[in-house]
Amino acid sequence: MDWVQIISALALVMFIVVLFPATRYMMKNSPKGTSSDWISFVIPLVVIVLFILLLVKLV
Amino acid sequence: MNQNLSTVSQRSTSAIATNKVLRNTYMLLSLTLLFSGFTAAISMLMNMPPMTYLISVIGGMVIAMFVLPRFANSPAGIGIVFLITGLLGFGLGPILTMYASLPNGGNIITLSLAGTGAIFMGLSAYVLTTRKDFSFLGGFLMVGFLLVLLAALANIFLQIPAMSLMISAVVIMIMSGFILYDTSRIIHGGETNYVLATIGLYMTIFNIFISLLQILGIMGNDD
Repeated sequence: MDWVQIISALALVMFIVVLFPATRYMMKNSPKGTSSDWISFVIPLVVIVLFILLLVKLV
Repeated sequence: MNQNLSTVSQRSTSAIATNKVLRNTYMLLSLTLLFSGFTAAISMLMNMPPMTYLISVIGGMVIAMFVLPRFANSPAGIGIVFLITGLLGFGLGPILTMYASLPNGGNIITLSLAGTGAIFMGLSAYVLTTRKDFSFLGGFLMVGFLLVLLAALANIFLQIPAMSLMISAVVIMIMSGFILYDTSRIIHGGETNYVLATIGLYMTIFNIFISLLQILGIMGNDD
């Protein structure tokens, strides 16, 4: 393992440690979505997946 | 009658304020993206080593997390945003140089740029026209992002190419979710600071671009 990997790993650990409290707060305090809310989130994601597949075909 | 007039007046003031935040955010985002492109070009011309990317990303993230929030309400915040985006753009130079050296590297970079732009504009247009409230996504996206960071940490040791591909694909999904979430927060008054809004959107665009480069780079060279 070279030192680039070690620095990358340390940086990722730092980001995880810094983001963890904010994540816990948001999990507790975010409003709950209805099923139609989640559908309105999933549909654009499906479109994006198809778009990326198109980009892969174009390469 | 007076109460109705007061309510209408409050709503129009609130709408004006929201539109102002939105306009300032997109204006600053455009400028920072251009500046980022400029610093990336300089980095490519200077032929910076690959290590530049790691240093720039770590430096940019540290400044964004620990320095920017303290100055977000002052004019210095705008300077710090340009510092962060300039740094990230500079780090992008060696990555672009590496992809440009591939057989169809120019195609990969162009498609990644166009794809990133299309994803960002498409999702933004979706939120701005439907005016849906995506605040429910907050906890879900943060957990997803943490899991991605953990997977990336594991893959530093495991070195599995398929896992890298999977991580890039999931990053694009999560960042797309963040575009919906952040834009929704701006139009519904949850985010009133255009400096913080800009850096949030910039980071999503940056991550989508890097991930698309990786996916198209791997799939495009699968001979």
